[in-house]
Amino acid sequence: MTSELLTIELNVANHPGVMSHITGLFSRRGFNLEGILCGRTGDGEKSIIFLLVNDGEQLEQIVHQLEKLYDVESLIVHKKFNPEAFTEIRSSLGIA
Amino acid sequence: MKYSGAEITIKLLERQGITTIAGIPGGANLPLYHALSGSSINHILSRHEQGAGFIAQGIARSTGKTAVCFATSGPGVVNLLTAIADAKLDSIPVVAITGQVASSFIGTDAFQEIDTYGLSLPITKHNFLVRSAEELLTVIPEAFRIAGSGRPGPVVIDIPKDVQNERIEISSWPLPGMPDAIEPIDDSVIRTAAQMINDAQRPLFYIGGGVIVSEASSLLREIIHEFSIPVVSTLNGLGTIADDDPLYFGMLGMHGARAANELVDSCDLLIALGVRFDDRATGKVSEFAPDAAIVHIDIDKSEFNKIKKNHCSVRGNVAEALSLLKDLLVKQQRSGWDAVVKAGESKLIAAQTKEGNVLHPSNVIRFVSSIAPGNTIITTDVGQHQMWVAQHYPFKHPRTLLTSGGLGTMGFGLPSAIGAALAHPDRTVICFSGDGSILMNIQELATVADYQLNVKVLLFNNGHLGLVRQQQELFYNKTYMAVKFIRNPEFAVIAAGFGIRSVTISDPSGVTKALPELLLQNGPALINVIIPHEYNVLPMVPPGAANRDTIGD
Ligand SMILES: Cc1ncc(C[n+]2csc(CCOP(=O)(O)OP(=O)(O)O)c2C)c(N)n1
Repeated sequence: MTSELLTIELNVANHPGVMSHITGLFSRRGFNLEGILCGRTGDGEKSIIFLLVNDGEQLEQIVHQLEKLYDVESLIVHKKFNPEAFTEIRSSLGIA
Repeated sequence: MKYSGAEITIKLLERQGITTIAGIPGGANLPLYHALSGSSINHILSRHEQGAGFIAQGIARSTGKTAVCFATSGPGVVNLLTAIADAKLDSIPVVAITGQVASSFIGTDAFQEIDTYGLSLPITKHNFLVRSAEELLTVIPEAFRIAGSGRPGPVVIDIPKDVQNERIEISSWPLPGMPDAIEPIDDSVIRTAAQMINDAQRPLFYIGGGVIVSEASSLLREIIHEFSIPVVSTLNGLGTIADDDPLYFGMLGMHGARAANELVDSCDLLIALGVRFDDRATGKVSEFAPDAAIVHIDIDKSEFNKIKKNHCSVRGNVAEALSLLKDLLVKQQRSGWDAVVKAGESKLIAAQTKEGNVLHPSNVIRFVSSIAPGNTIITTDVGQHQMWVAQHYPFKHPRTLLTSGGLGTMGFGLPSAIGAALAHPDRTVICFSGDGSILMNIQELATVADYQLNVKVLLFNNGHLGLVRQQQELFYNKTYMAVKFIRNPEFAVIAAGFGIRSVTISDPSGVTKALPELLLQNGPALINVIIPHEYNVLPMVPPGAANRDTIGD
C-alpha cells in the first residue's frame, strides 16, 4: 500500500442493519475498505465504528455517501491515529 | 383503543393523505389487506408486483408526491424490486410496504421467506424491518419524511406478519411525516456562483430532473430570458423549458441534438442544475465541456465532483438557488455567444423538420403531439421509440414525460401510464412503446381495462429489439444476434382479449385517419403502428466516444 491511511469515525444508531448499510456502501460503490473496528457505546443505543481507508481521490465521495446513510449520526475523519489498533487486534483482545 | 399493526399501518397511510395503493395480496400481507378493506384508500389490483411498483411511480412522477405500493413476502418482493431500483436511480419518492414471514420464522428459510432487507438495501434511499407494532408509529411517518426530503427516493418497509397482527393500545396518532425544511444556501458560495456567471462569456445551463423536483421550471424560464442564457436538458429534465423556446436546445448526450452537444462543447461556463453527469449525457467525461468551468447546483452534495471536478459547488434546493441568483446576476453583452446560440437554433430547427415517410416514428410522434390535448402525459418504454419521443415530442410542461432514465427499464411505460391516469383522471395518457418492451408488462392491460383508464398505448412495431439491433448494426459489423423476433403476437387480438379497442396501422392514411379517431376517444386503446425495422435513432454518439463525435443527422 503506497497511499496514506486514515480512519473515519462513525457514530451510528445500534441496530442489526447498520453494519450491512456501511459495508454494502463500500462494496456497491467500489470503495476500498482496509479495516473495521466496531463497538457499543453508552447504554447500547449507539455504536461507534472506525473505518480504515486510503487517503485518496475517493475520500470525498466516501465521506459524502456515508453522511447520507440514515443511521450515521456523525462522522469525523482522523488523519492522526494509532494504526496498531487495526493491526494488533488479536493481542489487544488478549488472544494469543 | 386497541389497534393491530396492520390497522395502524393503514390508519397512518390515510393520515399521510394516501388515496391510492397498488399491490397484490398474499400470505404474508393478508392482515394488511384485511385492514385495507375498512379503509377509504382505493386499492388498485395490478397483475404483477412490478406493475404495482411502476403504478406507484406513475403517481409519484406525475404529481411529485410520495406514492405507495404493497407486495407480499418472497416472490412478491422479488417481483417488486425492479420498480424500486428504477425509482432509486431516478430519485422518485415511493414507499413500498412488504409483508414478511412472522418474526419467529425469519432466518429459517420459511415458506416465501426472502431477505427483503438485504435485497432492498442497495436499491433504496433507506429501508426498515419493523420489529413491533409500536415501531410502526415512528417508522411509517419517518419513511414518508425520508422519501420526500431533499433528493427523493424509494423507501421499503418490511413488516413481519406477527407485527401486523400484534394489538397495542393507541391513545394518539403521530403527525404525518413531511419532507424536511429546505436548508438555506451558503451566501458566499451563491455569490461566487453569480460572479462566475456574470464573468462568463459563454454560459450554458445544463438542467435535469432536480429542476422538476424543486418545481423551479417557471423561475428558470424567467432567468434564462432575463439574462439570455441558453439551455440544454437531460432526458429527465425534458419539459422544464418549453420545446419552442428560442433559448432551448433540446436534449444533450448520446441521442441528443447536435446543436445541444455543440453548445456544451463551446461554452466557457456550464451551470449544472439538478443533474448528476450521467454517462448517457456526458459521453466521454474527459472531453465533456472541455473549455468550461463548472458551477454545480444540487441538493445532494455527494453528486459534487463524483464524475467531473467542478469549480463551485452550491448545495441546496435548485429553486432556492435560482431565486437567490436572480437578484445577483447582471445582464451582460455577449454578442459572440449570442451569435453562436442563434446559429445553433437554426440548425436545431433544420434537424427537427424531417420530410419523408409519414410512418417514421419521428413524424408519427409529431403528429400525435399536434392532435393530443395540451396537458397530455406521455410515458415511454425503453428503446428506439423512447429516444424518438425524447427527440421529437415537443414537451411544454414539467411532469408531462415519465420515462425510465437511470435504470432504462423495459416494461416501465404501461404501468407508469396507469399510475399517471389514476392520479389525473381528467387527462389523456399516452404510452409510447415498442413490441419488445410492451410484452414485459402486457398483463397490466387487464388493470387498464378494469378501471377503463384513459390510457392509449402507441406501439411502434418493428419486429425487433430495435435499439439493440441498431447497436449491432453500427458497432458489431451487422452481426445480428437475438434481436429479431421469430414471430410476433397479433397485438389487435391481444388487445381484444383484454377488452381494449385497437387498430393496426401500416399505411400513411391510417396515421391521419384511424389514429386520431382512436386516440381522441375516451378510454383505453392500443394503436399498433407497423414500421420498417431499418430505422436508426440518429444522431448517435458511439458508447465511450466524446459527444462531438456524433454520427448521423
Ligand atoms: C428489462 C430490460 N431488459 C433489457 C434491456 C436492454 N434493451 C434496451 S433497448 C432494448 C430493445 C427494446 O425493444 P423495443 O421495446 O421493441 O423498442 P425499440 O428499440 O424497437 O423501439 C433492449 C432489449 C432493457 N433496457 N431493459
